[in-house]
Amino acid sequence: MFERVKTILDKEWNEVFKNKMVLFTVIFMPLLFTLMPLIMLGVTSGDPSMAGETTDMPAAFTAACENVSAGDCVQIFMMNEFMLLFMMMPLIIPINIAAYSIVGEKTTRSLEPLLATPISTVELLLGKGLAATLPAVFATWLCFGIFAIAAPLIGASQAVVSYIISPIWLIGVLVIGPLFAVASVIIALIVSSRVSDPRVAEQISAVVIIPVLAVLFAQIGGILILDVQAMILGVMVMLAADIGLVALAAQLFQREVILTRWK
Amino acid sequence: MIRTERLTKQFQTRKGQPPFTAVNDLTIHVEEGEVFGFLGPNGAGKTTTVRMLTSLIGATSGFASVNGAVIGKDDTKIRSTVGILTETPGMYDRLSAEKNLTIYARLYGVSDVKGQVEKYLRMLGLWDRRNDEAGSFSKGMRQKLAIARALLHEPKVLFLDEPTSGLDPEAAKLVRDFIEDLKTEGRTIFLCTHNLDEADRLCDRIAIFKKELIAVDTPDALRQRLFGRKIAFHLANVDPTWTQMILNLGFTKDLQVIDNKLVVSLDNPEEQDPIIIKALVEAGAKIQFVGELRHPLEDIYLQMIHNGNSKPEGVQHV
Repeated sequence: MFERVKTILDKEWNEVFKNKMVLFTVIFMPLLFTLMPLIMLGVTSGDPSMAGETTDMPAAFTAACENVSAGDCVQIFMMNEFMLLFMMMPLIIPINIAAYSIVGEKTTRSLEPLLATPISTVELLLGKGLAATLPAVFATWLCFGIFAIAAPLIGASQAVVSYIISPIWLIGVLVIGPLFAVASVIIALIVSSRVSDPRVAEQISAVVIIPVLAVLFAQIGGILILDVQAMILGVMVMLAADIGLVALAAQLFQREVILTRWK
Repeated sequence: MIRTERLTKQFQTRKGQPPFTAVNDLTIHVEEGEVFGFLGPNGAGKTTTVRMLTSLIGATSGFASVNGAVIGKDDTKIRSTVGILTETPGMYDRLSAEKNLTIYARLYGVSDVKGQVEKYLRMLGLWDRRNDEAGSFSKGMRQKLAIARALLHEPKVLFLDEPTSGLDPEAAKLVRDFIEDLKTEGRTIFLCTHNLDEADRLCDRIAIFKKELIAVDTPDALRQRLFGRKIAFHLANVDPTWTQMILNLGFTKDLQVIDNKLVVSLDNPEEQDPIIIKALVEAGAKIQFVGELRHPLEDIYLQMIHNGNSKPEGVQHV
């Protein structure tokens, strides 16, 4: 079984990373999302005027960071939004790869010979799913690691660094992020197997970002303050969602339907 | 090697609408080592039949087995042991020819991946281009690569759907020659084609199919069934009395005079030709040469597709 999964993985990566646009998505976006908060920290660290900015912050948030200085509180508030971007990264990066994976084979007429091999549906989906998920998760973890190491080097205070690597964001980036990736990949694979145009697959699949964007805006607006309990709840919700999506994908991915109905 | 019994495939189009029947009650037996031609017009259900026999899609009813494995029950086994060349075989265009084949060899669980890939790349004349992207290949080269892909796991049964479609004459000949080589290796080949000349040359038997099986037999048997066998006696000159003399022999089914030729329809030319030759010589005819006229397979195909399995009326062209 694993030999075939490995073969699909190998084939997908060989093919996908020859596409410069996909490579750009996997490399450039995580780097951008890493550089932005670092620049922000570099610019605001040691700036006394930052303390005054707490007046513009949501009241719920200022109450939550009462044990740190006003300047650190502003930086923590800003990092809060960027940390959500780290969580979103594994959701966004694989969409491109996963959305193209089945419909791409359909348009190049390589799907029928592939399905004619002894590969099982589970092996095929697992291979294609992992090919999209793994680069996104590793790119995110790598960038998060770089960010966590670089933050104190460019002047972030101990309080800000502690917040970055607090359990909230470790759970968020190391656990919820990959669960997001799995969900977005499964949705993109389902869409990819049901449409006949790769562009449509990408457009429809991109809809999965909306719920996470809602969380981001809720946090900026002070409606939602993420804590460890909220993150654990998020883990459970995403686990349930992923299990449900895997079951749905297994039910929807039928070789005959894909071959004969969507041409 | 391939057996179907009343194999039927229906597709549900829309809810409330009657299903569309693509293949109806197909019963065929293909023997081991046989090249079996499956002929029919576009939309006849040839590709659907191939897809059922390669376990890509299920049957609505009926039974089919390939190499002893039953469709719908031993699907993975069937997919492991058959090779398929699809009508429009796609490749991974960004990957090299060698990489394309390596992927498929691994998916088929080939033990000596490198050796098999090299064997078929060399056999099909693609070894020197092995590192080139498949997307840079001409249509003929892509077809050869697709044939190599279908053979990597040394399948006993090979399904070829329009293997020479869209190829230039040279590439088509190369593919046909290769199919003949495969035939000598004893593989069973199920060949779907529109090229009737190709089917005539390559196939041991042919089936004419249009949603249902119209006829199945050797090309020569079908010729004889529809048109009988026609023998042309080329003479230096034709005496009008000779036609009646030949008809009086009693076994001649039909006789035409075309220029200096006597064209005679016979059931058993091997036994009846010498009798006619003897009669003509005794009557003073100068026989230049004798040969059998063969109706092109196209005549048989068109006759059967349009009129079913009934004999044509009147004399056909020769």
